[in-house]
Amino acid sequence: MSYSITVNGTVHEVDLPGDVPLLWVLRDALGLTGTKYGCGVAACGACTVHVGGEAIRSCQLALEDVDAPVTTIEGIGDPAVMALIQKAWVDLDVAQCGYCQSGQIMQASELLANNPNPTDEDIDYAMQGNICRCGSYTRVRAAIRLVASMMNRG
Amino acid sequence: MGKLRTITRRSFMVGSAAVAGGVLFGTYEVVRPRPNPLHPPEGTVLNPWIIVDQRGVTVIVPRAEMGQGVMTTLAALAAEELEMPLETLRIEHGPPAQVYANEALLIGRNYDDVTPTGLADTLSRAVPRIFGLQITGGSSSTVDAFNKMRDAGGAAREVLKLAASHILRVNVSDITPAGGMMMAKDGRRLTYAELAEQAALLTVPKVPRLKKRKDWQVLGKSLIRVDQVPKATGTAIYGIDTVLPDMRFATVKISPRLGGEMTSFNPAPAETMPGVEKVISLGNGFAVVANNTWLAMQAAEAVEVNWGPAPYPDSTDGLFAQIEKAFDDKPNITPRELGDMSGEMPVSANYKAPFLAHATMEPMNATALYTGEALEIWAGNQVPMMLQSQCAAAVDLKPEQVTVHTPFLGGGYGRRLVPDYAVLAAKVAREMPGIPVKTTWSREEDMRHDQYRPGALARMSARLENGRIAALSADLASPSVMRGMVRDVTGFDVTPPGDLMLTEGAGNQPYAIENLSVRGFAADLALPVGSWRSVGSSQNAFFWDSFIDELAHEAGADPLAFRLAHIRPEHAPSADVLEKVGEMSDWGNTPAGRARGVAFCHSFGTPVAEVVEVADEDGDIRITNVWIAADPGIALDPANVESQLFGGAIFGLSAALWGEITVEDGMIYEENFPDYELLRMHTVPRFIVELLESGDRPTGVGEPGTPPAAPALANALFALTGKRARELPLSKTFSFVS
Repeated sequence: MSYSITVNGTVHEVDLPGDVPLLWVLRDALGLTGTKYGCGVAACGACTVHVGGEAIRSCQLALEDVDAPVTTIEGIGDPAVMALIQKAWVDLDVAQCGYCQSGQIMQASELLANNPNPTDEDIDYAMQGNICRCGSYTRVRAAIRLVASMMNRG
Repeated sequence: MGKLRTITRRSFMVGSAAVAGGVLFGTYEVVRPRPNPLHPPEGTVLNPWIIVDQRGVTVIVPRAEMGQGVMTTLAALAAEELEMPLETLRIEHGPPAQVYANEALLIGRNYDDVTPTGLADTLSRAVPRIFGLQITGGSSSTVDAFNKMRDAGGAAREVLKLAASHILRVNVSDITPAGGMMMAKDGRRLTYAELAEQAALLTVPKVPRLKKRKDWQVLGKSLIRVDQVPKATGTAIYGIDTVLPDMRFATVKISPRLGGEMTSFNPAPAETMPGVEKVISLGNGFAVVANNTWLAMQAAEAVEVNWGPAPYPDSTDGLFAQIEKAFDDKPNITPRELGDMSGEMPVSANYKAPFLAHATMEPMNATALYTGEALEIWAGNQVPMMLQSQCAAAVDLKPEQVTVHTPFLGGGYGRRLVPDYAVLAAKVAREMPGIPVKTTWSREEDMRHDQYRPGALARMSARLENGRIAALSADLASPSVMRGMVRDVTGFDVTPPGDLMLTEGAGNQPYAIENLSVRGFAADLALPVGSWRSVGSSQNAFFWDSFIDELAHEAGADPLAFRLAHIRPEHAPSADVLEKVGEMSDWGNTPAGRARGVAFCHSFGTPVAEVVEVADEDGDIRITNVWIAADPGIALDPANVESQLFGGAIFGLSAALWGEITVEDGMIYEENFPDYELLRMHTVPRFIVELLESGDRPTGVGEPGTPPAAPALANALFALTGKRARELPLSKTFSFVS
């Protein structure tokens, strides 16, 4: 059976069983490899994408249940025209191995969209599902603060 | 990365046709000619670190970028001498080749090692080449590259200068490099690309003059790493992101009793599942090939299989009983044997550290294309030459028939020093000739088939006299990590005598102790063990420094002052970082409701002192602050060094809090992050890092942040609770905020 999903503004017909998680549709069928596989059990956050504007773990959402447009890390900016949040990540030299950072950025961008001036507690709460094995947390936090300050400056 | 072959062919063809030449720059001593992977024209003095052609300047960084910033720092070394902004360089990983061996791997970096000279120096550099040790590990990439990359850049600069003087018909002394161009006094200028063809005809100087440190423009500054933009935009390609036309997706299940057999195998239930193309027996396990990784993983669960017994004790207790038995043998290594150990040792304690997994965020994977005559493989790895030869052997090809591409690594920490995952991918690809196959391990497969940080035991004892350590004995037992390395490199499965990794972190510390014995005992255990960020120092620093802390309290001394009293007479830079961390943390003035511990370890050439602060939050303990002082000789990129140090400390703290790999029924019990908790945003402490730079060359930074973390935390917990934890993880003794 074929499913129709919208990813980063493009409609895709996907011919895979309906129980295949969105993560593996994105990576293996659509070649959108910016979204990462880390654990498969929603314990690490590496696969975070937006569905209908909400940050979700794409390893837990079946293809047949995708009911809104999907945005991945590739959809919020690219090397030539980076989103503000991506620019902040670069400017603060956040990434080490970088494997978790797509998920960190997608989770943080949802936080900032709903809460343009997050407190430390807000950041703790929003980001605690995203593991960074290299330990870039303090710089992730600083980058979130940097974006917030830029947004608040207008 | 992996595009080098294209450049190579073009440089070679264009160069040999002498139409629009390319040139490779070479410098420094070559003990004997090594095969040059870039196939230079005959008779030309070349080295494969820098290529100048019509596209500009390409720097070869033949080390794995696994988060430590090596791609940036190594390129910056060349950029400095080339007088080019870093961002104008092209950077390639390069192929596996003897010439890229890590010659710093075997050079001793203990505080009291004498810098080798003459034959000893030649030998220690030659051995990595002979054995093809193109290894990213041992916190040694910048140590190895510090002169090589600058020499290459300097040589390139001088030849380009000369080329410009020929073309512009002016004296070479009237040519000045600036911003990737050579300028004459009269204002005429030529880009390096424009000079490439002329440069190819000239002789490379043997010893270029290097810039003085005070003139550095690129080095010593915090740079934005070259991999930040791709990593922030999801465009960085890790091994797992390899996409090839008509590629298939596979997963493997190997005996969960590591090294055990597959006693029965019925693929039928999986073969009819959606997307499945093939189920392949691999002898000790199987692979499922499908049109989607998840479908392959689902089908792998459906295969009916039975596994034989494990070749090691089938419980954690059994494993540790075997480690304990190692104390009955004679020591494998005795790095310290000073004075008289016959007196009484009234203070004694036994310590224990668990097996640990690496748990890189990117699970093990590799993509391979086998054609019968050749194998092409894409795999994040720390050992491209070893990977090449092992994959070749696995599919009955010669190493030169195997092309290795090294994309970004989603974490290494030592795990990708063992290319078992690439060998499996090669075997899977052989069953699908002509079709590229990406073989990805599930997280569960990854965690249950690691090369674990060895479990370890310590028997410590000492005698205090007049508030000082009069005698100290440390007996340390664990399975030998060196054994696996020797097996991978030479094929012989023996524990070599003198495995320094058994005792590093204890047997090489700068303490003035008159009567001192440190002995390492190698346990014979078939459970795979390997290098885990900082290797032996990861457990031995916990044993050593926790016990030093016990002695300080026993002596009624301040823990920091006690350490200084023993370290100051032995090694000033080590004492300096201890003093520095005391100053940074305002040691002695702990805020109410908090407690602090200090720890120190000299590893990979770098002394590091850490202070950890903890607080009790309604019965659960939180780590609030960590101060780190380190002396990496020269900080080539201070912000990156800082990242490595706090990242290393977080790696050590996560393990100290919760990390433990256990065995039940011969199988690893932990299989995913819920069983293997790590520090997260809401539990990670605040970090303050300061660097001292007392040296004239860089020392290691990737690993030295890890060893002091566990003892500093344990010492802080003692200060908070009065309870001394002698076993990791500390969650066995305390309850932490999680």
